[in-house]
Amino acid sequence: MVEDGRTAIDIRNVRKVYGSGGGAVTAIERASLDIADNEFFTLLGPSGCGKTTLLRLIAGFEATTEGEIFLYGDEIEDLPPFKRPVNTVFQHYSLFPHMTVAENVGFGLKMLGRPKAEIGEAVERSLSLVKMSDFARRKPSQMSGGQQQRVALARALAPNPKVLLLDEPLSALDLKLRQAMRNELKTLQRETGITFVFVTHDQEEALTMSDRIAVMSNGLIQQIGSPLDIYERPLNRFVADFIGDTNFVEADIASVEGGVATCQSAGGLEMRAAVVDGHGVGDRVTLALRPEKMSLAASANGGAATPGRIESADYLGTSTSYKVMLDGGVTLAVREQNPVDASTVLAAGDAVHVSIPVGTARMLVD
Amino acid sequence: MTDAARTTPDIALPDAKVAGKASGQKRKGFEVGSFPGLKTWTWVFFIYLYAPIVVLVVYSFNANNRAQKWTGFSTSWYAKAFSNDDIQSATINTLIVASAATVLATAMALLAALALARGGRFKGSTASLGLISLPLIVPEIATAVATLSFFVVIGIQFGLLTLIIAHTVFCIPFAFLPIRARLEGMDDTLEQAAMDLYASRWKAFRYVTFPLLLPGIVAGAMLSFIISVDDFIISLMVAGAGSTTLPLYIYGMIRVGISPEVNVISTVMLLISLVFITAYWLLTRGDDHTVH
Ligand SMILES: Nc1ncnc2c1ncn2[C@@H]1O[C@H](COP(=O)(O)OP(=O)(O)O)[C@@H](O)[C@H]1O
Ligand SMILES: [Mg+2]
Repeated sequence: MVEDGRTAIDIRNVRKVYGSGGGAVTAIERASLDIADNEFFTLLGPSGCGKTTLLRLIAGFEATTEGEIFLYGDEIEDLPPFKRPVNTVFQHYSLFPHMTVAENVGFGLKMLGRPKAEIGEAVERSLSLVKMSDFARRKPSQMSGGQQQRVALARALAPNPKVLLLDEPLSALDLKLRQAMRNELKTLQRETGITFVFVTHDQEEALTMSDRIAVMSNGLIQQIGSPLDIYERPLNRFVADFIGDTNFVEADIASVEGGVATCQSAGGLEMRAAVVDGHGVGDRVTLALRPEKMSLAASANGGAATPGRIESADYLGTSTSYKVMLDGGVTLAVREQNPVDASTVLAAGDAVHVSIPVGTARMLVD
Repeated sequence: MTDAARTTPDIALPDAKVAGKASGQKRKGFEVGSFPGLKTWTWVFFIYLYAPIVVLVVYSFNANNRAQKWTGFSTSWYAKAFSNDDIQSATINTLIVASAATVLATAMALLAALALARGGRFKGSTASLGLISLPLIVPEIATAVATLSFFVVIGIQFGLLTLIIAHTVFCIPFAFLPIRARLEGMDDTLEQAAMDLYASRWKAFRYVTFPLLLPGIVAGAMLSFIISVDDFIISLMVAGAGSTTLPLYIYGMIRVGISPEVNVISTVMLLISLVFITAYWLLTRGDDHTVH
């Protein structure tokens, strides 16, 4: 965790409404978050949830409707984009088509009025960081998408900003390149020590690269936490559903003891989960269960397993995904690693016992 | 180049291949190019279009002092026309008016195009766009009479100044269209990228917007220039004594009779027009959004 460091960006109660009157669109309902210095921070959410808007508010291309944004302790409301020490990697790169790669990369320092020699050095350094030194004299139109992407990155890094904003920079690349760039971006962030604010709608990207993630939907921040937090301890239905696969089971709280609730679902399935604020005995709650945390066995083996029948089995190579109808009527998705001898994989119609280890069920706030 | 222009080859390539294959095959059925007599008609059309011009050019080299009768090749009328004081002063007037009107019209068109494309949507922005282009379809004689009346009402002395003002006005839409076409193909993310990289508004314009717009600006200026040089009706109304332009001078000469000198001046004007139009075409060729 990085909470002990300096705060790079502090977003307080920000609200953003585009337009006015009947045509007004609320892009950010209300958002508050802290991004620490040196952090790789990701804004994750489906298309249209307000990620780009939040980034543009930080960069200064849009003005907040309400709330404040602080950059290293300073309110930046009144600063135009060209006075904010942040640089952006745009979604479609936006390289200047009439300039060479070197001119593109040197543009920021040139605008800052730095001497030619210094610009030259910085251009070389930035281009070598992204492994594009051989392309300095090319024009953007003479490069592939992946190469343009790297140049856009070098251009934003060259002035050595305090914060780098990246708006879905990998979304236009093909899968292999995207995976390679993930590692490179992460390495780059560590080497430069620049705070990265990274926008994506791809959960895998977010989980593999980020120090912390803010999950957004409909202009609201749903949860902020480390990748592990977000995946293992989703706060609400949206987060649990958006990241990974999840079973949602409705259950009633039968008893609470030491912060742990014993819940009873329809059909008598009993699960224990940490109780969340605002819920008590008798409440109907939603429990989230990750399919890979549960396991199947052909016989009960004397444990606390629940009997059921396999409705469908989808072979996925490394694992198999099952739909199991429990005898009580609840249907669960369960994923099992495939055994050495794949012919022993269970099939639809087989009777099975599902075991749900303590700690699997996670109570959601809604 | 604009974004769109850059991505075009990727999209166009497969199409081009398909088209190439299709035309390489010999097909028997219906073909558009095989209407009977289409070729002949094409020739008739081109002769109809260009024969008068060919005659004009050829007769400008006629040795005879009566323009309509060919007696032999000579460039003597060129020498005579170029040393004619009246023609010289008309040429100078034409160039002064065209240059001034071009500079003024292009500057105003640039500002108008920028305001419409980057000023955000304001009340009546669509209407403004229409109003700027409207003079293109208003009958020129109406504009001419209107301009004349206007100058009379405000009591301005007719001369080079009135010519420049009138020419600037009707050149604006011609300068505006290519600039606007260029701007439309260019969204403002490049300007934002520049501002993100510490360029002030002015610097973003100076280093990014302006260089990218330049082909459109030059094209607009050339179009304005040639339109101004060619103008007759409006010039006729608002030119004062001593501010005769070339088209007015030619008209004056023709009333006396078609002399080889008229052919010479017309040929030279034709040549200038051709040079400008070719340059204009070359400049806007790569521009997908040009209004034709
Ligand atoms: N300039 C704008 N004018 C009006 N509405 C906008 C504008 N930009 C974005 N929006 C709207 O705001 C919402 C959030 O958009 P955006 O921040 O681009 O989402 P994301 O980047 O997460 O896909 C969307 O509903 C979008 O239509
Ligand atoms: Mg976006």
